[in-house]
Amino acid sequence: MTLIKTKIGRRSFIRTSTLVSGGLVLGFNWLASCKNKTEEEILAMPKEWFELNSYLKIGDNGVVTITTPNPEFGQNIRTSMPMIVAEELDVDWKNVIVVQAPYHSEKYGMQFTGGSRGIMTRWEPLRMAGASARYVLIAAAAQAWQVPAVEITTEDGVLYHKASKNSAGYGEMASAAATIAIPEDVQLKDVKDFTIIGTSHKNVDAKDIVTGEPMFGMDYQKEGMLIAMIEHPPAFGMTLKSVDDSAAKSMPGIKDVVVIKSFKDDYEKGGFDVNAFPEIVAVVGSSTWEVLQAKKKLKVEWQPITASSEMINGFRGKQTKNIPAGLESSASHKAKMEKLGGKPGKIVRQDGNPKVAFKNATKIIERTYSAPFLAHNCMEPLNAFAHVEGDKAQIAAPVQIPSLILPTLASSLGIPAENIAMEMPRMGGGFGRKAYAHYVVEAALISKKVNAPVKLVYTREDDMTNGIYRPSYQATYRAALDENNNLTALHVKAGGIPESPLFANRFPAGALDNYIAEEWSIDSNITIGAFRAPRSNFMAGAEQSFLDEVAEASGKDPIQFRLDLLKRAKDNPVGEQNDYDAERYAGVLELLREKSDWSQTPANVHRGVSAYFCHNSYAAHVLDIRMDEEKPVVEKVVCAIDCGIVVNPDAATNMAEGAITDGIGNAFFGELTFKDGVPQKTNFHQYQMIRMSDAPKEIEVHFVENEIAPTGMGEPPFPPIFGAIANALYKATGQRHYRQPFVTEKQIVG
Amino acid sequence: MAKFNLNINGKTQEVEVDPSTPMLWVLRDHFKLLGTKYGCGIAQCGACTVHLGDDAVRSCQLPVSSVGDKDITTIEGLSEKGDHPVQQAWLEVDVPQCGYCQAGQIMTASALLEKNPNPSDEEIETAMNGNICRCGTYTRIKKAVKIAANSVNA
Repeated sequence: MTLIKTKIGRRSFIRTSTLVSGGLVLGFNWLASCKNKTEEEILAMPKEWFELNSYLKIGDNGVVTITTPNPEFGQNIRTSMPMIVAEELDVDWKNVIVVQAPYHSEKYGMQFTGGSRGIMTRWEPLRMAGASARYVLIAAAAQAWQVPAVEITTEDGVLYHKASKNSAGYGEMASAAATIAIPEDVQLKDVKDFTIIGTSHKNVDAKDIVTGEPMFGMDYQKEGMLIAMIEHPPAFGMTLKSVDDSAAKSMPGIKDVVVIKSFKDDYEKGGFDVNAFPEIVAVVGSSTWEVLQAKKKLKVEWQPITASSEMINGFRGKQTKNIPAGLESSASHKAKMEKLGGKPGKIVRQDGNPKVAFKNATKIIERTYSAPFLAHNCMEPLNAFAHVEGDKAQIAAPVQIPSLILPTLASSLGIPAENIAMEMPRMGGGFGRKAYAHYVVEAALISKKVNAPVKLVYTREDDMTNGIYRPSYQATYRAALDENNNLTALHVKAGGIPESPLFANRFPAGALDNYIAEEWSIDSNITIGAFRAPRSNFMAGAEQSFLDEVAEASGKDPIQFRLDLLKRAKDNPVGEQNDYDAERYAGVLELLREKSDWSQTPANVHRGVSAYFCHNSYAAHVLDIRMDEEKPVVEKVVCAIDCGIVVNPDAATNMAEGAITDGIGNAFFGELTFKDGVPQKTNFHQYQMIRMSDAPKEIEVHFVENEIAPTGMGEPPFPPIFGAIANALYKATGQRHYRQPFVTEKQIVG
Repeated sequence: MAKFNLNINGKTQEVEVDPSTPMLWVLRDHFKLLGTKYGCGIAQCGACTVHLGDDAVRSCQLPVSSVGDKDITTIEGLSEKGDHPVQQAWLEVDVPQCGYCQAGQIMTASALLEKNPNPSDEEIETAMNGNICRCGTYTRIKKAVKIAANSVNA
């Protein structure tokens, strides 16, 4: 058993009250519906609930309510996080009700969905929540039965004292347990004793999803609520000049047209306060269709922005961000990237003497890879509900990092942060986009101006053209080979608009005596942000394509080539800053080699392999392409992942399948271009998304089994698929693919 | 503005709106049937799919004035207890990730199976290609459609 101090996140265990009101507790109080509960289930609800800590309430009949702390965007943490609590509590999963926490940082710490950090950062606190509740239940039983606590065992929500033949359900002891002090430390289960963690459990929300229950921010309703929509500049590099709202205001159902300014002039922005269009026009009315019609009647004049620079106080401390003036185009971006890519960059890491190694090389391979801006295109367009009344605000919005928008909201509204209550409805996708919650500030400012509850809804076009994109990137790799075709040096130079994608300390750094990594960046007024596995989502494809080409030049099998490098990195690593664990990295490749039956390529398919480390985890894919005349068809993807202990295997498998499909879609089709600052795609008739016919016909996901505490899962399987696609396309066509997207108009063009 | 009597999920309901209002917004704003989702507004993503008679249609491009006395079925009316074979198959396979597109996927799949109880892989792909799932649950959707087909035929 592991003994663990409860002081980590101890404030989470402070009870607000021991007795809370009875009845069914549901996340969405505004539409509390019992539609999907049978009569028996409703009758089975407890009369009284006892709060054992901020995550757990136990009813008098043994039903357990587990509050899940982080916002959900499809990664199924609303199931897997409560599973962790239930495991340590030792309760029958059938008796668990899951409730979504509101935003409450004192009780729940950082309620953050992003960076594949959910399960990883909640692993200990959630186990502790379950274990400490179990402790007080045992203590209550020990008092009641006058027996030593150590002799009491638990199973499926029942306490046993074998010697005295006493037993009681948790519900019977909950009242007494709620008065017992939470211990200084608690014992956690051994991994081998897990009965819930590691066993697939169905999505707790699946029934509500398939029956269309309202649960998304977009579904939020409140009496008297108005609908708001925005008009933002048509181009990056433009801002509001003036608005003539007379025609729009006279349209049926329209209450008001307002101009809002998202930031106070002296506000010091955080890293997630990204917003290309802080001054916008909003039309407010009683129904969506009426507001949409009125929006067309707005007459807005826009003007060019002036160049500026601002201080951003982000995760990496204060940094100056330059925002150039001008209307940017993809053609000029490309020319600038090619020019800068050809010049020396800023050296981030250097091992050995790469200059000499390249001078002495028998053969040098140099390749340049590039990828365009990408839009997130969550299926649920951006939206936010806000009701500002005096110095108080109520918010309900799909947001990945509520804590980071709170200071902005407080500043922009001029009210104390503690007066803002935030609900976190399920997000209809996030992928990084909903970490930049400017739309919440907009909704709140609109509500304040019109003095009514407001739901702000972005149209798809607003969503796609409003910025916060995956940056456009470029990377040049050079390899030096000796007379025996051994790799003797590697040089990577990467940059982007407006940020570099480089991870200087990732594989194959550490495996090579001579290595140099450089980076560069180009300022832009097109706003960018996190997009599933930021930077990795480009670098993995470039690096893994290049290594495939080098392996081929070396005359080595591509998996063995990587394993040989990893062996070097494990046995005799170069440098001390290497990010990855070479043994775990090799482990996924070995599992993949076995599970994909690597040596036996099936008939009529072309195989590509790729692997990558990011978000503390390891993922590798073998992808089989069949050519249907000119069109590539992905027949099968075999995936191996090492993300430590897998809490909910089928849900993790679903997420890996999604990452693979998402990656194939973006590698094949994903692209947003610009002309004179104007995004050239506005909706799905132009922006090609992967559809069922392009998805893999089959996906197989395998996890490395170990007892390592969970590491990232949502992002790691995404980046390497780009390399697997490129390498399979090479086998299929004889052409290497350097420029994403790889497929347009059903032709391979990359 | 005009009055319309609509047959929605087996009930006749009256609404007074502009005749050009798409059914999507009539369902969501006026009847609070929120299972039908807004995704693109131009019939490209399928999130707003409902049944008009026996056909799966995109409600974002269906003006209320064109509905007449045809029956409209939304996800809320697909089955009384949420146990339509397609819904059951979705639960069995545990299809959803974020879930936003799934009501539309289910409405398209259930209309397909009504007309073609035993679709081939290619027929499933053709029918489902109008529904985007950004999370990428397509392999599970296809599997669930096949399971539903088997249970319909059983």
